[in-house]
Amino acid sequence: MNKLKLIIRREFNAKVRNKSFIIMTLLAPFLMVAMGFLIFYLSKANDSKLKTIAFVDESKLLTENAFENSETVHYLDLTKLGMKAAKEEAEKQEYYGLLTIPKQDSLELLAKDIHFYTQKSPNMMLVESLEKKIEDNLRTKKLHQLDIDVVKIKSARIRTDLKLSNFTGEKTSKLINGIKIGFGFLAGYLLMMFIIIYGTSVMRSVIEEKTSRIIEVIISSVKPFQLMMGKIIGNALAGLTQFAIWIVLLFVLSAVASAVFGVSMSEMQRAKVTPEQMEMAKEIIGNDKIQTLITEVLNLPLLQMGILFILYFLGGYLLYSSIYAAIGAAVDSETDTQQFMMPVMIPLMLGIYVGFATVINDPHGTVATIFSIIPLTSPIVMLMRIPFGVPIWQIALSLGLLIATFVFIVYMAAKIYRVGILMYGKKASYKELYKWLRYKG
Amino acid sequence: MKDLLVTKDVTKKFGEFTALNGVSINVPKNSIFGLLGPNGAGKTTLIRIINQITMPDSGEVFLDGNKLKREDVHNIGYLPEERGLYKNMKVGEQAIYLAMLKGMSKRDAKANLKYWFEKFEIESWWSKKIQELSKGQAQKVQFIITVMHKPKLLIFDEVFSGLDPINANLIRDEIIQLRDNGTTIIFSTHRMESVEELCDHIALLDHSNKILEGNLIDIKKEFKNNLFEVGLHTSDKLALENEIKEKFHVSEASFKSLEDDLKLNIQLTPNDTSSELIQYLSNRAQVNHFVEIIPNASDIFIQAVKNNS
Repeated sequence: MNKLKLIIRREFNAKVRNKSFIIMTLLAPFLMVAMGFLIFYLSKANDSKLKTIAFVDESKLLTENAFENSETVHYLDLTKLGMKAAKEEAEKQEYYGLLTIPKQDSLELLAKDIHFYTQKSPNMMLVESLEKKIEDNLRTKKLHQLDIDVVKIKSARIRTDLKLSNFTGEKTSKLINGIKIGFGFLAGYLLMMFIIIYGTSVMRSVIEEKTSRIIEVIISSVKPFQLMMGKIIGNALAGLTQFAIWIVLLFVLSAVASAVFGVSMSEMQRAKVTPEQMEMAKEIIGNDKIQTLITEVLNLPLLQMGILFILYFLGGYLLYSSIYAAIGAAVDSETDTQQFMMPVMIPLMLGIYVGFATVINDPHGTVATIFSIIPLTSPIVMLMRIPFGVPIWQIALSLGLLIATFVFIVYMAAKIYRVGILMYGKKASYKELYKWLRYKG
Repeated sequence: MKDLLVTKDVTKKFGEFTALNGVSINVPKNSIFGLLGPNGAGKTTLIRIINQITMPDSGEVFLDGNKLKREDVHNIGYLPEERGLYKNMKVGEQAIYLAMLKGMSKRDAKANLKYWFEKFEIESWWSKKIQELSKGQAQKVQFIITVMHKPKLLIFDEVFSGLDPINANLIRDEIIQLRDNGTTIIFSTHRMESVEELCDHIALLDHSNKILEGNLIDIKKEFKNNLFEVGLHTSDKLALENEIKEKFHVSEASFKSLEDDLKLNIQLTPNDTSSELIQYLSNRAQVNHFVEIIPNASDIFIQAVKNNS
């Protein structure tokens, strides 16, 4: 049997049979689901308390257009008590707040003289919605005063929605951009997490072979390069297995939990967005638009995205994990790895932050373009840009550079690895590593 | 082909440091070959080159008459000084994995392992993890893993370290048996008594150079210098001692005996023979003890290294 295969299988088995790996694989989805439910219930508990808002309306602003009670807010008319007594009453009864609308000569003056009293600092969202309601009422009243037909005004409001498309005729919408950002960022973020978790695991495995002193026994049978690649691939496979199990478990668990607790997934989703965002989303989408959205998602270059995702994912992971392997070979214990971790973390972080900062604003801007071509950040930034459609030459250049760098880094890492694994009790410095790179054979 | 392994002018540098300087050794087939030298002499580097762990800057290595090639790792078994096993892996599984890396099929590996486990009576360890074994027990497993693929050439670096005398004897007997069955063994150690006991041939490295190589008996003949240890029974000890001192170069000797009044080391010149000496002594006293002092491996080691510096 091929030696590389043997090594991959051993590394894979060593990883997946590890107790902490098994526990993490099984426990993580439970924790995630539990967390989701916790957040959902907490936010619900926060909202569900009924708020009573009293009002004193001396201008009869609300007589024609009264505020409707909602599930969470009740309005209570205390106009009869008068301003002063109403205030005392509201405080005594511990109402959430008191809205006072005094009598004024003109609507303009009145608009500046409405107060809202509360015990504690008020919920800003609630204040905004009150303001909006009052403004609506004032506007309707003013229109009446000016003798303008409200119905006509309403019918004169014409909504526009720019139909976006590129010059080749493909239609796009504003919302699809959000989805593209979502896709891209999820991919970039996943890659970063994968690199950090499983790169570290490659490094640990190298250190373990050094400390258990088995390394020399093994490399008297296989080439160090084979051993290094076997480790990198074996750990990646273990990682992919873990991810796959997580995804399956997450689906199953959410389904089970939803059934048991009677919470639908969509409700959970809604719990995470504020009512404001919901309204915005509704305004933008409109129910009829969901259909177009689905077609648009399906119209995304999904196959191309999938292939490029795999290429960049592999390229990025292999590139970084071989650096991790070299670091593992250069040190004697995990505590010594700190000084070498910075050069790994900086480009990763840079990729994520630059991606977040620039791709949202302009996926094809100069900064985003450059960072999606520079090899160490390209896997992350390019993954974020791909859903927006990247010119072929940029992908080719970026992939070409990534592969060239990958070959170069793996070559260097293998050199450091080969020398490093046989060095015991020697504290490696960058100077030392440079020396190792110049050793022949 | 008389020699199983030949290195020719092997040179290896690490940066400015020369680890091996044109080292040539010839390891005869079916022998136990002691590779000796002070710390840092280059033994480990040479062994790693033979194992193709590192490549020489110049020079060549031949195994069984052919230039060393990648597949030859299957023909070599190596027990490094810095050795160990995966702590979390079960003994049997680990041994099979390492044997398969040496090119064995899974079935052969299992069969060979079974043979060795029965021989050492350690069948019960099969499903144990290495971390559950003592250091000595782990060493036994490590020995089996080194030899189980039946290589032509075995390389042992400090094979007895960490073993108690019983297990050390067990391993020693196995090494001798392996040699008798046709395996060639390179044996690197600092323990000179085991060199004395086991090695047919030796090579001595010092400061990156080979300074001595050959059959151990030939080397001993070369290093002996006509020194004899004698024990004499006489009535006039002082007179006899003075008489001998005038004729020979003499030094004080100490050994255990029942009734020797005079114990001496007598140095002969190359012109003298031992029979002349014994004649001379027996004319003057009763000779109870007469031994030629043959240098042991340790003496040779110290002498050769001293001469080299």
